[in-house]
Amino acid sequence: MSEHGHHEENFFSKYVFSTDHKMIAKQFLITGMTMGVIAMIMSVLFRIQLSNPGEPNPLFELFLGDWAKGGVMDPNMYLALVTIHGTLMVFFVLTAGLSGTFSNLLIPLQIGAVDMASGFLNAMSYWFFFISSVIMLISLGVETGPASAGWTIYPPLSALPQAIPGSGLGMTLWLISMTLFIVSSLLGGLNYVVTILNLRTKGLSMTRLPLTMWAFFVTAILGILSFPVLVSAVLLLVFDRSFGTSFYLSDIMIQGEVLSNVGGSPVLYEHLFWFLGHPEVYIVILPALGITSEIISTNSRKPIFGYRAMVGSILGIAFLSFIVWAHHMFISGMSPFLGSVFTFTTLLIAIPSAVKAFNYITTLWKGNLQFTPAMLFSIGLVSTFITGGLTGIVLGDSALDINVHDTYFVVGHFHIVMGLSAIFGMLAGVYHWFPKMYGRMMNKKLGYAHFWITIVGAYGTFFPMHYLGLAGLPRRYYSNSAFPMFDNLQDINEIVTVCALIGAAAQFLFLFNFFYSIFRGEEAVQNPWKSNTLEWTTPVARIHGNWPGEIPSVYRWPYDYSKPGADADFIPQNVPLKDGEEEH
Amino acid sequence: MTELLIIVAIVVAVIAIAQVVKIFELANKIKGVKESDITDKDNDTQGKLLLTFGILFMASFFVMTAKWNHLLLPISASEHGVEIDLLMNISMGVIIIVFLITQPILFFLSYKYRGRKDRTATFISHNDKAEIIWTIVPAVVLTVLIVYGLQTWSKIMDRSDLDDAVVVELYGKQFDWTARYAGADNNLGAANVRFIGGLNTVGVISESAYAKQMAGLDNNIAKAHVQMSEELNANKRVKIEARLAKMESKKSTLTALVSITPKDLLEAAEDDVVVKELHLPVNKTVHLKFRSQDVIHSAYLPHFRVQMNCVPGMNTDFVFKPTITTEEMRVETGNEAFEYVLLCNKICGAAHYNMQLKVIVESEEDYNKWMAEQSVFAASNN
Ligand code: HEM
Ligand SMILES: [Cu+2]
Ligand SMILES: [Cu+2]
Repeated sequence: MSEHGHHEENFFSKYVFSTDHKMIAKQFLITGMTMGVIAMIMSVLFRIQLSNPGEPNPLFELFLGDWAKGGVMDPNMYLALVTIHGTLMVFFVLTAGLSGTFSNLLIPLQIGAVDMASGFLNAMSYWFFFISSVIMLISLGVETGPASAGWTIYPPLSALPQAIPGSGLGMTLWLISMTLFIVSSLLGGLNYVVTILNLRTKGLSMTRLPLTMWAFFVTAILGILSFPVLVSAVLLLVFDRSFGTSFYLSDIMIQGEVLSNVGGSPVLYEHLFWFLGHPEVYIVILPALGITSEIISTNSRKPIFGYRAMVGSILGIAFLSFIVWAHHMFISGMSPFLGSVFTFTTLLIAIPSAVKAFNYITTLWKGNLQFTPAMLFSIGLVSTFITGGLTGIVLGDSALDINVHDTYFVVGHFHIVMGLSAIFGMLAGVYHWFPKMYGRMMNKKLGYAHFWITIVGAYGTFFPMHYLGLAGLPRRYYSNSAFPMFDNLQDINEIVTVCALIGAAAQFLFLFNFFYSIFRGEEAVQNPWKSNTLEWTTPVARIHGNWPGEIPSVYRWPYDYSKPGADADFIPQNVPLKDGEEEH
Repeated sequence: MTELLIIVAIVVAVIAIAQVVKIFELANKIKGVKESDITDKDNDTQGKLLLTFGILFMASFFVMTAKWNHLLLPISASEHGVEIDLLMNISMGVIIIVFLITQPILFFLSYKYRGRKDRTATFISHNDKAEIIWTIVPAVVLTVLIVYGLQTWSKIMDRSDLDDAVVVELYGKQFDWTARYAGADNNLGAANVRFIGGLNTVGVISESAYAKQMAGLDNNIAKAHVQMSEELNANKRVKIEARLAKMESKKSTLTALVSITPKDLLEAAEDDVVVKELHLPVNKTVHLKFRSQDVIHSAYLPHFRVQMNCVPGMNTDFVFKPTITTEEMRVETGNEAFEYVLLCNKICGAAHYNMQLKVIVESEEDYNKWMAEQSVFAASNN
């Protein structure tokens, strides 16, 4: 590790083509937040459509133009919005925006490294992500509309422009964008793994690693092992779309025309997609859990309860996440025997998940809780992770999935366990590490208001969806008015939309707070939350190379909070053990 | 105009928040505290808010459940559905109990241990006994659920006793459904998209369908030859040529398909019944088979707890026994207008939200009477 020379920096090398991990983290964050706002506005639009089906709305015309002539949303546009909303949220906000931001920011800082193993690859990773975001946004403007086959883009719907207009140029752009996205994700992931394995400072053994690092480490490995499979799924789809192959297509007649494809199977695509798709949900949630572990421990002024069990459960979840993918395919037509196998593995995942939830709760017990906005969002995460995880026990059971598959029960489940938990984790992380990123504090009162409106709006939006699902309401429906059996669900749909609007509005409080605080926030002190991890031993002024002098060595685990016999209620990792002091 | 108003409203809101924030900051400066410090008062307020939220959250769960319970699907109208519902109720019971224990604990502990400057936390790093307990207890509960779930699943997926099942094929396409009954021999004929044409909407392969299609093609070929002999424009001749080639190739495709289809299946197809309504006799096992013409659809019959994807190029199926007739369900639900429905539940295009088929469950006599009124497939090829 060589000390970085302090060369002259101009605007471009500092803010645009920076190879400094802290700047790259901010780039990921701002891009991710932008995509998040776009995806959120989309969800508000289609939620209004669902509670007021067919009613003209000037907002639709404002945002959708020709796709909402006279203010009435086109059904194809509805599907396009849902598809892009899901894609942006899952990949651009909660994969790149979450992992990209916090892995970049925290890995070198928490392991005591001057930067990532390769700053260049890291910058490349951001720029691939940036280009992929731009292409995805461009696809919103093409004449036949953006991809509309759902975020899972099952063929043949995604393969045939005759089947839905969004499968024309829009889908081509989606595929290009996602391919670049995967490249970005792999470059980033390799870098994270190598950095954590090789650049840990003296004394920082793997068993002294903060749980954030464990989570990011395992997340990166999951990504490296699963994203390439999505590349192959996407490539085969490109072949089918453009070069006449039949990987996924067979015996199809569309618009009166019989296609020549024979022998392909859409179920093959489903297997390939979900081989990434399921680990992907853990790629989304593990970093959020890592962040939460750190924040809950710091603000409880107590060690995280059961550090070893927490590491073990991360590893267990990660391993199991590779052998549960077909729980998304119980009724796809695959062999019922496979259904049994995947029910078994899926329900096993509940065990390490339960361990995590209990350990979080026990960490609060006998703590001295400091309710920073970050802490509130972390407690919110524990709540949503439990609520959403529990409904997973229903969905993971093949016999029960028959009747709730693809209904709003699923939409409620995954939004709570993955969407809300991960968003809460991300917001918690921003509140907590904002001082590290910008040298200033975010406004606490606005943070409180943001949390309370968000959690009420969020539960109000997604909890009632379970009832809609149990009433048999399918997802991805442009309108529920075609079936009399859903007429009496109108009230619930209206409540959901109102809550979604409230929750969405609250995010503008956050955006305001964020940008206001960058420039006008109160100046931060070095270690505002009295935390033990190494990032808080760096100076407030952010410098290339992170530590002005020597890199600190590590002598203890990161969770010595309120240790008996200590002078303060925290002992940073770089403080040597006292004579006779035992390591926890 | 609306756009302008929206922009103005946003600008005003931003300025207003900025002003409020400034006032707070000034007040803090006067008091000499830092805005970002978490005071005992903050902890107290937020702790109480968390407790309040926890209570209201639990209360709203009960209110929602009480208020909306009657909106959920009515009792299962199929035999295996009753078992699914029982398993569902037990699983729901378990998760609701866990939900009602863990959430209150979470919010209560948050409140109880809200921070105070004069207190310190207790250093507890782990407790092997507790951790083993909360690994083993979920493991045991889940084992029970897994075993029970797998038993139910294998019963539902059992295909060993289909001898006197009513065989019906559901054929999905953008954006409607067609049902095909196996007819008197209870044996469905083969089908292929390449046989679709005219009245043969699901591509049934039979001698009569073959004869009719070939006759139609020969007829069109003859017409094309006549056109060709009169046409002088070279461009148009090329087009007619292409059409001819296509029809010839279709002929050979059809011939090939017929020749590889076993004789008994060709025979079996003639008495199939193709209709746009799904009638089912009550208390008889039904063997539903699914195919799709274009993209993936999913045949969802929520009242019977039945769902299976319909995949182009593939055959899928589901076996169940309806136990409640439409009439009985009207009484049961107190809804005069109640109808069973088949919905499409896999995103399939613009009208996915309206891809439905009427389903009627009736007594065996009524079913037989209805069936007797339908005409067989062969008749459509006369
Ligand atoms: C702003 C708050 C949000 C609201 C109101 C919202 C609402 C919805 C609704 C109602 C649907 C279902 C639409 C349909 O099936 O017709 C949906 C789909 C989806 N949402 Fe969200 N959502 C929000 C945030 C999120 C977040 C944070 C995630 C991240 C995981 C997310 C991921 C998805 C995904 C993956 C789908 C499925 C898309 C598809 O069917 O292809 N959403 N959202
Ligand atoms: Cu999964
Ligand atoms: Cu469909």
